[in-house]
Amino acid sequence: MSIGLLGKKVGMTRVFDETGDAIPVTVIDVSDNIYVQVKTTEKDGYSAVQVGYQPQKDVRVNLPRRGHFKKWNADAKRFVREFRADTDEELPNPEDGGPGTDVFQAGQFVDVIGTSKGKGFQGVYKKFGFGGLPSSHGSMMHRRPGGIGAGSTPGRVWKNAKMPGREGGDKITVQNLKVVQTRPEDNVVLVSGAVPGAKGNLVIIRPAKKKSAPDKKAE
Amino acid sequence: MNIIEKIEREQMNEDLAPFNVGDTLKVHSRVVEGGKERIQVFQGIVIGKRGTRLNAAFTIRKISNGEGVERVFQVHSPKIAKIEVVNRGKVRRAKLNYLRDRVGKQATAVKAGK
Repeated sequence: MSIGLLGKKVGMTRVFDETGDAIPVTVIDVSDNIYVQVKTTEKDGYSAVQVGYQPQKDVRVNLPRRGHFKKWNADAKRFVREFRADTDEELPNPEDGGPGTDVFQAGQFVDVIGTSKGKGFQGVYKKFGFGGLPSSHGSMMHRRPGGIGAGSTPGRVWKNAKMPGREGGDKITVQNLKVVQTRPEDNVVLVSGAVPGAKGNLVIIRPAKKKSAPDKKAE
Repeated sequence: MNIIEKIEREQMNEDLAPFNVGDTLKVHSRVVEGGKERIQVFQGIVIGKRGTRLNAAFTIRKISNGEGVERVFQVHSPKIAKIEVVNRGKVRRAKLNYLRDRVGKQATAVKAGK
């Protein structure tokens, strides 16, 4: 089962646990997630579910997507993302409306995907942590990257050489964050630690790929 | 109400005695040792406060066996059982870091307040 939620990063705060230690948490709003389309192996060749988040006026949605929402009888949403399931049995019933905070339980590990804050055009100090070159003793090369290639072999610059350029604004996945609390009444999930992106950004929460899912029987 | 504010407010310890910089406090904190919980008391002068709401903390200083000891407490931590105000002090700064440079009697000299 790997159905997750779409949400919005609200901000950070902290939670005191039962031993009195403070845990830094990110608050993620997951209100009004809906199932748009459920894909089955028989019909679509694989099993998955499309989840929509954040209400949007019909006129703001382009026509192909508007038609898609209409076909599946779903309200228009700003974001639609798909979550794969292993087998058809795990797929939810689309008539249930949508996934809520009950997808996760406190103590579970999740991966959070978001778009990191854009930093603009940055040098190699900030972007890659280069050490730089001498500041004095006649050196006139300070924050520059230094040599970028060898001599006659290979006689060119390697691909993907670390050079100054745009930093941030990338899709980043943070793995294995712990769910500290789920609050169904407020439709928020509290995840320990930091999450990529600015406040108000779309984030995707899914069960951690590299940790086994908790026992659903406990519920 | 903003959701973050709501989460913070739920955790805040409202019934702590109000205190200010310069006051002498007795802080009763819960300590778990060998599976048993007991109360430890730390008495000293508040030499600074920082943070607001749930993030509020204060630094408290005492002279223990001739050696200065400082401890920072989170105001709203569940580890704090009780705060008792022993003496009110009258001070003219927000941070009493000058007490760190003082020795002997001067090290704990804060004017008595109202």
